[in-house]
Amino acid sequence: MEELDGEPTVTLIPGVNSKKNQMCFDWGPGEMLVCETSFNKKEKSEMVPSCPFIYIIRKDVDVYSQILRKLFNESHGIFLGLQRIDEELTGKSRKSQLVRVSKNYRSVIRACMEEMHQVAIAAKDPANGRQFSSQVSILSAMELIWNLCEILFIEVAPAGPLLLHLLDWVRLHVCEVDSLSADVLGSENPSKHDSFWNLGVDGMTSHGWSLPYTFATSPHLESLLKIMLGDEAALLEQKELLSNWYHFLVTRLLYSNPTVKPIDLHYYAQSSLDLFLGGESSPEPLDNILLAAFEFDIHQVIKECSIALSNWWFVAHLTDLLDHCKLLQSHNLYFGSNMREFLLLEYASGLFAHPSLWQLGVDYFDYCPELGRVSLELHIERIPLNTEQKALKVLRICEQRQMTEQVRSICKILAMRAVRNNRLGSALSWSIRAKDAAFATLVSDRFLRDYCERGCFSDLDLIDNLGPAMMLSDRLTFLGKYREFHRMYGEKRFADAASLLLSLMTSRIAPRSFWMTLLTDALPLLEQKQVIFSAEQTYELMRCLEDLTSRRPVHGESDTEQLQDDDIETTKVEMLRLSLARNLARAIIREGSLEGS
Amino acid sequence: MEEIYAKFVSQKISKTRWRPLPPGSLQTAETFATGSWDNEENYISLWSIGDFGNLDSDGGFEGDHQLLCSIRHHGDVMDLQFFDQERIVAASSTGCVTVFLHHPNNQTLSINQQWTTAHYHTGPGSPSYSSAACTGVVCNNPEIVTVGEDGRINLFRADHKEAVRTIDNADSSTLHAVTFLRTPEILTVNSIGQLKIWDFRQQGNEPSQILSLTGDRVPLHCVDRHPNQQHVVATGGQDGMLSIWDVRQGTMPVSLLKAHEAEMWEVHFHPSNPDHLFTCSEDGSLWHWDASTDVPEKSSLFHQGGRSSTFLSHSISNQANVHQSVISSWLSTDPAKDRIEITSLLPSRSLSVNSLDVLGPCLVCGTDAEAIYVTRHLFS
Repeated sequence: MEELDGEPTVTLIPGVNSKKNQMCFDWGPGEMLVCETSFNKKEKSEMVPSCPFIYIIRKDVDVYSQILRKLFNESHGIFLGLQRIDEELTGKSRKSQLVRVSKNYRSVIRACMEEMHQVAIAAKDPANGRQFSSQVSILSAMELIWNLCEILFIEVAPAGPLLLHLLDWVRLHVCEVDSLSADVLGSENPSKHDSFWNLGVDGMTSHGWSLPYTFATSPHLESLLKIMLGDEAALLEQKELLSNWYHFLVTRLLYSNPTVKPIDLHYYAQSSLDLFLGGESSPEPLDNILLAAFEFDIHQVIKECSIALSNWWFVAHLTDLLDHCKLLQSHNLYFGSNMREFLLLEYASGLFAHPSLWQLGVDYFDYCPELGRVSLELHIERIPLNTEQKALKVLRICEQRQMTEQVRSICKILAMRAVRNNRLGSALSWSIRAKDAAFATLVSDRFLRDYCERGCFSDLDLIDNLGPAMMLSDRLTFLGKYREFHRMYGEKRFADAASLLLSLMTSRIAPRSFWMTLLTDALPLLEQKQVIFSAEQTYELMRCLEDLTSRRPVHGESDTEQLQDDDIETTKVEMLRLSLARNLARAIIREGSLEGS
Repeated sequence: MEEIYAKFVSQKISKTRWRPLPPGSLQTAETFATGSWDNEENYISLWSIGDFGNLDSDGGFEGDHQLLCSIRHHGDVMDLQFFDQERIVAASSTGCVTVFLHHPNNQTLSINQQWTTAHYHTGPGSPSYSSAACTGVVCNNPEIVTVGEDGRINLFRADHKEAVRTIDNADSSTLHAVTFLRTPEILTVNSIGQLKIWDFRQQGNEPSQILSLTGDRVPLHCVDRHPNQQHVVATGGQDGMLSIWDVRQGTMPVSLLKAHEAEMWEVHFHPSNPDHLFTCSEDGSLWHWDASTDVPEKSSLFHQGGRSSTFLSHSISNQANVHQSVISSWLSTDPAKDRIEITSLLPSRSLSVNSLDVLGPCLVCGTDAEAIYVTRHLFS
């Protein structure tokens, strides 16, 4: 258990009087909810909390920085490209591809650093400027570590080229030398300049032998020659010119052991660190990480980075890349998934906590074979859908991954919302997308209810144009056909209308509750001058009527209402019976007579 | 298609539009506007691709696009249109329609006019007020027509506080896009696959014509009218299908072209070369459809560089009487002669391409990967 370096910082929640009332909190994926409770510390009389708000507290400022967003988006593209690299590739071509990916990641980090540096310089508020500057140094440290990992683990340079890579590495990160050169060479008499001799030390590591030296005897020259011959003590004397211990390490190796083998690196690294620090200060987290890298302890590198950095971006992407280099043995964590997947899951979950970056998270979950899919299923249902367009994007993601449950549930939410807003066409459109027959039935019932209440159809543009969607549910089919019946009646195609009406009842797609309405609709057809329903059809209608009246359920309404309803019902039934009987009579006569008469 | 420049801008781009050039101008497009979505704070921004004179050792390097100014926008930017040289109309997910004014002298944007309750489910008067997203806006100085998720069509006039005309419940489903056919006619597309033509001269609340696809009622997301032939309209659907319609002929599309693998968000005829059509989609691709018949190398299937082209002969579902002296190549019926060349313009698959716009040789598009792509050499 790590000990705390100092006291944790206290954050005051505005509006909450923590001295009077107790607060409660709950952790979320990237943030915390805090609110005041009614529990009072001292008196028991106060029951109402004075602060009515719930606060969301976020620690992770990284995700919200505008410039870092570019890092997340660009690296997402690189990540996807890496996953799609042909698994068949082996040997040199694969290695060169992986190195290229690593360099891409690093260039993205550098671009981000550049931009942040520009902003830091241009910042009007010094506190802001400091914040950006510290962000720049974090990014710089990240790039330093990544670069070293690239050299040691991905490039895997053998002894000889190894030192050249390390030289490049140090050169890239020690900008001091270049600014010094410009200073010294610009002055009138370079050899008399104080820094000239100091430059010699740096210059040896950075520029090789290209700087001219005059051969005057001087203690400086002696010192230089000693260094060139590998005298470490002499080198140490010039400590203040070397910005850090790894600069010292590489310089030392250049003169004492330029063909150092990778496995021997860590001896030199450890001793360089000890010599450089000289027991005055203790190593910083960055030093430990670099040391772990020199020791080829990848797991330690990742572990230390996870602790030191506040965001999962770095470790997730680096671990994924190293995994592609087949360097990580399956380091099983207690819940069984390996380290790469664990880090990617953490990173992607963090992305989902952001209102906008969740779309990136989807692709990361795709490449987590064990828990990726189930994590995605849980996260995607919780994305707030405030517009239809966003909902469509989420649905597309679910459909592409055959997450039918999530599609149904999202469509159901949207359809319900549409019904509540009286947008029945939208509701139907969502139920068609989800192939949700039950909901289509609900929408149709709404239409039918509206028809019964108002006596006419709303949204005819929808019902008249259902097309094949009509087959989705029986109720919907009924709705479409019923509307067709009305259309036919309007066009005076009585015979067609009559047989359609009958088929609606006999085929049982009409709900029982609607049969009375249908039979009532038949009345005008029965009362027409010409006989429309044949005898056979009239028998069918009678059968339906008897079916309906015999099985009337007992309602539990009040007596007076019951009586009134019964009255209306009885009148209707009587009228129907009369019309049907009359029609039957006329039909029998007509059918019994000779044709054409 | 030579160079296409990408720039990551830290916001998901929902709409990109070129600023129109003054009539008769010989310049190429220089400024475009973008709208963002899905952020806690969304912005309308103006960008410039003017030459910044950066020449590197290769010579002739054009600078990428630079931000001129931006202004906070409440809600997602659902649609964006330039009203004139200085004014931009934006449709919001909160149901609000705003006209922004650009001040070129100090490079700022300000709100010129706003209709805050243009679209709603239950009205502002009632206690259960609920707003609805405004999904589409189209301008024809001085008129602005908007449509929304509430199925409502509004006709606004700049500098009039209230709507000139409102058609409530014009559609029982969501209206996704609107375009002018001939003033005063507009055409809308909805989420049950119908095109409806509305005539503002008529008093009623019924469309003057309804067209729809046969078969499945696939929602239609975008529509664009042919710049010269006002009866030719292209629509894009949720299944990525591109349909070409002749609104004078029947109620079904003239051609159906299988295009993208996911929703087609925008379709645009090139305003000065209407034989060229551009579509962009949720599947992360942007396609250039070339139906011009005078390119000699068209028969070659092999192209250099990173271009991928396929040939597609389009199917005709409605062989109507076509007596036209100027036959639009999109409507012509000879499959053997008329082949459409399709090119994918983006270098690699990205997240959804939400929007595109073309003006002259310039194309701009915006994606959900928070990148804006610009090219100034569409036809090279």
